[in-house]
Amino acid sequence: MSPDNYLYLAALLFTLGACGVLLRRNAIVVFMCIELMLNAANLALVAFSRMHGNLDGQILAFFVMVVAAAEVVVGLAIIVMLYRSRHSASVDDASLMKL
Amino acid sequence: MESLIGLLVAAPLLGALVLLTGGRRLDRAGHWLGTALAATSFVLAVVLFFDLLGRADGDRTLHQHLFSWVPVAGFQADIAFQLDQLSMTFVLLITGVGSLIHLYSVGYMEHDPRRRRFFGYLNLFLAAMLLLVLADNYLLLYAGWEGVGLASYLLIGFWQDRPRAATAAKKAFIVNRVGDIGLSIAIMLMFTTFGTFAFGPVLSSAAETGEGTLTAIGLMLLLAACGKSAQVPLQSWLGDAMEGPTPVSALIHAATMVTAGVYLVVRSGAIFNAAPDAQTVVIVVGAVTLVFGAIVGCAKDDIKKALAGSTMSQIGYMMLAAGLGPIGYAFAIMHLVTHGFFKAGLFLGAGSVMHGMNDEVDMRKYGGLRKYMPVTFITFGLAYLAIIGFPYLSGFFSKDEIIYAGFAKGGTQGWILGSVMLLGAALTAYYMTRIMLLTFFGEKRWQPDAHGHEPHPHESPATMTIPMIVLAIGSVGAGFAFNLNESFAHWLEPVTGLAHGDSPVGHGTVSLAATAVMVIGVGAAYLQYGRRPAPVVAPAGSFVTRAARRDLLQDDFNHAAFVTPGTYLTRGLVYVDHKLVDGVVNGLAAAFGGLSGRLRRVQNGYARSYAVSMFGGAAVLIAVTLLMRAV
Amino acid sequence: MSFPLLTATALAPAIGAVATAAVPAARRTAAKWTALGFSVVTVVFAAAVLLRFDTGPGADRYQLTESLTWIRDFGVTYELGVDGIGVAMIGLTAILIPFLIGAGWNDADPKEGETPQGRRWRPTQGFFALILLVEAMVIMSFAATDIFLFYIFFEAMLIPMYFLIGGFGDRAGSGDEAGQARQRSYAAVKFLLYNLAGGLVMLAAVIGLWVATNDQLGSGTFSLAAIADAKAAGELTFGTGTERWLFLGFFFAFAIKAPLWPLHTWLPNAMGESTAPVAVLITAVVDKVGTFAMLRFCLGLFPEASNWATPAVIVLSLVSIVYGALLALGQRDMKRLIAYASISHFGFIVLGIFAMTSQGHSGATLYMVNHGIATAALMLVAGFLISRRGSRLIADYGGVQKTAPVLAGTFLVGGLATLSLPGLGPFVSEFLVLVGTFSRYKAAGIIATVGIVLAALYVLVLYQRTMTGPVKPGLEKLPDLRMRELAVVAPLIALLIFLGVYPKPVTDIVNPAVEHTLSDVNKTDPQPNVTVTEAEGASHE
Repeated sequence: MSPDNYLYLAALLFTLGACGVLLRRNAIVVFMCIELMLNAANLALVAFSRMHGNLDGQILAFFVMVVAAAEVVVGLAIIVMLYRSRHSASVDDASLMKL
Repeated sequence: MESLIGLLVAAPLLGALVLLTGGRRLDRAGHWLGTALAATSFVLAVVLFFDLLGRADGDRTLHQHLFSWVPVAGFQADIAFQLDQLSMTFVLLITGVGSLIHLYSVGYMEHDPRRRRFFGYLNLFLAAMLLLVLADNYLLLYAGWEGVGLASYLLIGFWQDRPRAATAAKKAFIVNRVGDIGLSIAIMLMFTTFGTFAFGPVLSSAAETGEGTLTAIGLMLLLAACGKSAQVPLQSWLGDAMEGPTPVSALIHAATMVTAGVYLVVRSGAIFNAAPDAQTVVIVVGAVTLVFGAIVGCAKDDIKKALAGSTMSQIGYMMLAAGLGPIGYAFAIMHLVTHGFFKAGLFLGAGSVMHGMNDEVDMRKYGGLRKYMPVTFITFGLAYLAIIGFPYLSGFFSKDEIIYAGFAKGGTQGWILGSVMLLGAALTAYYMTRIMLLTFFGEKRWQPDAHGHEPHPHESPATMTIPMIVLAIGSVGAGFAFNLNESFAHWLEPVTGLAHGDSPVGHGTVSLAATAVMVIGVGAAYLQYGRRPAPVVAPAGSFVTRAARRDLLQDDFNHAAFVTPGTYLTRGLVYVDHKLVDGVVNGLAAAFGGLSGRLRRVQNGYARSYAVSMFGGAAVLIAVTLLMRAV
Repeated sequence: MSFPLLTATALAPAIGAVATAAVPAARRTAAKWTALGFSVVTVVFAAAVLLRFDTGPGADRYQLTESLTWIRDFGVTYELGVDGIGVAMIGLTAILIPFLIGAGWNDADPKEGETPQGRRWRPTQGFFALILLVEAMVIMSFAATDIFLFYIFFEAMLIPMYFLIGGFGDRAGSGDEAGQARQRSYAAVKFLLYNLAGGLVMLAAVIGLWVATNDQLGSGTFSLAAIADAKAAGELTFGTGTERWLFLGFFFAFAIKAPLWPLHTWLPNAMGESTAPVAVLITAVVDKVGTFAMLRFCLGLFPEASNWATPAVIVLSLVSIVYGALLALGQRDMKRLIAYASISHFGFIVLGIFAMTSQGHSGATLYMVNHGIATAALMLVAGFLISRRGSRLIADYGGVQKTAPVLAGTFLVGGLATLSLPGLGPFVSEFLVLVGTFSRYKAAGIIATVGIVLAALYVLVLYQRTMTGPVKPGLEKLPDLRMRELAVVAPLIALLIFLGVYPKPVTDIVNPAVEHTLSDVNKTDPQPNVTVTEAEGASHE
C-alpha cells in the first residue's frame, strides 16, 4: 500500500476536524474536533517518518501527544468552569472578549 | 554741564515712577511733587540754555554718553544724549509749557480721585518727550517716540470708565503705531546703509549716499512724522484724542507731542536735503493737512475738536515749511514754538470755560461768557489774535515767514504753495473768530441739564489762570522777540542751515496779503455768527459742512478700507484655523480613529470566527508558499 | 573631574519633585514650600552656572562640560555642556519656575466641599512635583551636548506635561464639569500625540545620523563634539540629500514644539485648558526647547541644509507672525488670545534664527528670554483675573481697572511688553530680530514689522474690553491683587524693565555663542554700503 493513502486519510480527518471546529457550537464537540485535527497531524507525521525513513516525524508526534494531553487538562477545566458560570457550553455565548 | 542733560530726563521719570508705584499715601501731595519735578527740569533747561548761550556758535553741541544699550556684534545702540540748539529749543518749550500745564492741572483735576495718577502720567509724558528730543541716535529717539505714544494713550484714556475715551486712546496708539512702522523701517534702512543710526555719522555721510536710499528713508521718516503729528493720511486720531482731560489736549495735542513729527523731519534735514522727491511729498502732506485741518476746524461745534482741527492745520504749516528745506526749517521751528504758546493758551482757556460750564463742550451752548470769565476771555482773546496772525503778535511773524518761504520756493510751485497757505490763513481767521464769537460774545445760550442743574459760569482758580496769563504773554511777545535781527533763525542756523531763497514777492507784500486774508476771514465769520444770534441746535448744513463735521469722512474711509475688511479677515481666519488647519490635524486623527473602529469589528469575540481567520490565514500562507515554489 | 554643576542644576528640581511627591496628603502647605524651596535652590545653581561661565575672548564654546560613557555599543554618552545661549535659557527656566509655583499656589487645592479620598489622594503634591520634573528635564535638554541624551529628555518632558495639562484645569471653561474634563483631556491628548509624532520623526533622523556616522567613522556617535571634530577633520561629510532629510527630520520636531505655522494648533488648546502657570510653563519654557534646538542642532549639525531651507522657513515664520496676530485678534477667550500671540512671537524667534545674522541670532536668543518673562507676566495676571471671576471669556469682563487698579496696571504692563514697547525687554529683542532680518531680506523685514501694529491691536483691544469702560455686573466687588500675587508679578515687571534698559548682561553672554553659530553656517553679516566717517563732535566723553 502506498504511504500516500495515509496522507489522504490524514487530510480527510483534518478537514473533518476543521469543519467541526468551525460549525459546531458545543465547546466539548469543538474540543473533540481539535483533538481530531491534532491526531490527523500525528498520522501525517508518522506517515512522513515512514516515507523518509527517519524518526523525526515520530518524535514530533510524541510532542504533539504531550501537548494534546496538556490541552485536555487545561481545556476541559475551562469548559467545566464556563459551564458552571454560564450554564451553557456554547462557544458563541462566551463572546465577551470584544469591547 | 553735560552731566545735567541726563537729569533733564531723570527728574520727570523719577516723578512718574514714584507717583505710579507710590500708592494712596501720595494722594495728598503727589500733584505738587509732579509739578515740582517738571519745574526742576525747566530750571535745569534754563541753566543749560544760558550755558549754551555763553559758548561760541560752533561749540553749542553737548554730548552725554551714559552706557551702551544693546551691544551686539555690528550693532551699537547707546543711551546717549545730544543737546544742541534744536534740542534746546524743544527742551525749553516742553519743560516750560509742561510745567505751566502741570500747575494748571493742579486746579483742573482738583476733584478727580485719581489726580495722583494723572500727574504720574504727565511726568511720564515729559520724560518720554525729553528723551525723544535729547537722544543722540534714532533708536533712542524711537524709544522716546513710543514712550510719548504710551503716555498719550494713558492720558487720552485717563477717564477709562468712559468707553469713548478708551476707544479714542486705543485708536491714537494704533494709528501712531502705523506711523512707527515707518520709523523702524527707516532705522533699519539706516543700519543697512550706514551700519549705524547715530545722528552724527548718519547725517554727516547722508550726502554721499544714493538718492534712492535717501528718498526711501525720507519717506519712511515722513510716515512716522504723519502718525505722531496727525498729518494726512494718519490724522484721524487727533480729533478723538480730545476725549482726554483738557490739560492733556493742551500739552500733548497742541504744544508738544504732535510737534515731534516736525522735529524728526527738521532733525533729519540732511537726509531730506539730499532727497528732493521726499521733500516734495513732505510739502504735499503739509499743504493737504493744513487745508484739511482748517476745513474740519470750521465745522466743529465741540470747542476742543475745533481747536484740534486748528492744531492739525497749524502743524501742516510747519510740515510744509520743513519740506522746503533750509529756507523753511528755522521757521517751521519758530512757528512751532509760537504755536506752542498760543495753542496751549487756547486749550487752557477752553478748559477753563469747560470747568465753569459743567464740562459742556458744545460751543452752541456757550455765549456771552466774557462777562463771567474776564481773565479767561482776555488770555484766550490774546491767543486768538496771535493765531490768526494779528499784526505784531507771535503768529503774525512766524506764519508770515512760512508763507514767504513758500513763495521763495520759486516758480509755479512757489505760487501754489503761497496761495494755499494764504487760503489756510483765511480759514484760520474764520474758524478762530467763529470759536471766539460763539463762546464769549452774543447772548447766553446754556440751559439746565437733564438733572435740572443750570451751569453757573465762574472764573477758574489762580492755579489755572496763572498759566493762562503766562502763555498769553508768550503769545503776544514771542514772535516779536524771535524776529529781532532774525535772532531765532540764527540761533538754529548751525543745526538746520539757513537760506533765504528767491521770492517773487517781497516780505511786505506777503505780510499785507496775509493781513488782508485774515480780515476777510474774520469778516466772514462776523457776518455769519456775530451779527445775529447763533442757533443752539446746529443747522443741517450743506454736504460739505456735514462731511466736515464727520472729519471729512476720514473714519468712514478707514472703516471701509481697513476695519471692516480686517474684521472679516480675522473672522475668516479663525474659521480657517479651526476648520482647515486644525481640521487637517483632527481629520488625520479621526481617520486613524475611524480605521481602527472598522478594524475592531473583526474582533467580534466569537471563537469560531477567529478560527475561520486562522484557517484562512494558514490557507493563504500555504498557497503563497506553494506559488513561490512554482515560480 | 570638577564639581558637576550642570548635573546638579538639573538634579535639584528632580530631587525636589521626589521630595514634594513624598509629602503626606494632609500637609499640602508643606508640599508647596518644599517645591518652592527646591526651585530656589535651582536658581542658586543656575546663578552659579552664570557666574562660572567665561565670556572672555578665547573662552571655550561649550563650558562646564561633563562627559561619561553611557551605552558604549551605540556611542551614546552622557555629555553636558553649555554655550551662552544655553546659559541664557537655563537662567530663564530657573528664574521662572519659582514664580510659577508662587502663582499656582492654590491652583491644585481640592475644591470646596471636596473631601480627600483616602491617604493616597494628593493632587497638590502631584502638581508641584510635576512642575519641578518638567524643569529638570528642560534644564537637561538645554545642557545636553549628546544628541541621544537630548532626544530622551526632549521626549520625556511630554509625560509630566501631559498630566499637568490633563489633570489640572483652571475650572473656568465653558460647560459643565464633564464638558470641561472632556475639553481638557482633548487638549492633553492633542498635545501629547502632536509632539510624539514630531518626536517620532526626529527619532528616525537621530537613527539616520547614527548610521551616517557609523558608516563613515567606523563607530556611530551622538556627541556634538565628536561630530564637530570629525567634520572639521574632513572625516565626516553628509551627502546633500542625506543632510537635507536629516535636517527635515529634526526641524519637523522642533517646528511642532516651537510651534511654527501650520503645526501650531495644539498650543491654543493646551494653553487654554491648563491653569495659567502651566500655560506659562508650556509657552515660556517647554516651547523654548524647540527654538533653542533649532539653533544648536539644525544650524550646528546641518549648515548646508539650513541654508537650503532658509527661504521656506522664513516664509513660514512670516506667516506665523501675521497669522498668529490676526487670530489673536479674533479670539474670545483670553488665554487662547495669549496663545496665538505667542505663536506670532515664535514666528519672530524663528525668523531671527534663520535670518543668519548676528543681530538676528542675538535677537532671537534674547527674544526667547524676554518672551518668557513677558508672557509669564501677562498670562499670570490673566490667570489671577480668571480665578476671580471663573470665566475665560473676554466678554465677561469690563471696567476691571475701576475695582482692581493694580491688577489692571500690571496687566497693562504685561500687555505693553507683549506689544514690544521700548523700555521693556521685548522691544530690544524684537528690534534686533527685525534689523537682523532686514539687513539680509528686506521684504521679510518689512512684512514682519506689520506684526508690531497687529500686536498693538490685539493687546489694546483685549485691555479695552476687559479693563476699561463701565464695570460689568458681577465685578463690583472684584478684589485687587493680593500680596502673594503682587510678589509674583512685581519682580517679573522689574525684570522686564531691567532687560529693556540694560540688556547688556544677557547680550554679553550670548554674543560669543552667536559668533560660533554663525561660523557653523558659514555666514557673515552683510556690510553697510556706506562707510561712515565719524562726524566731528560725535565722539563720546
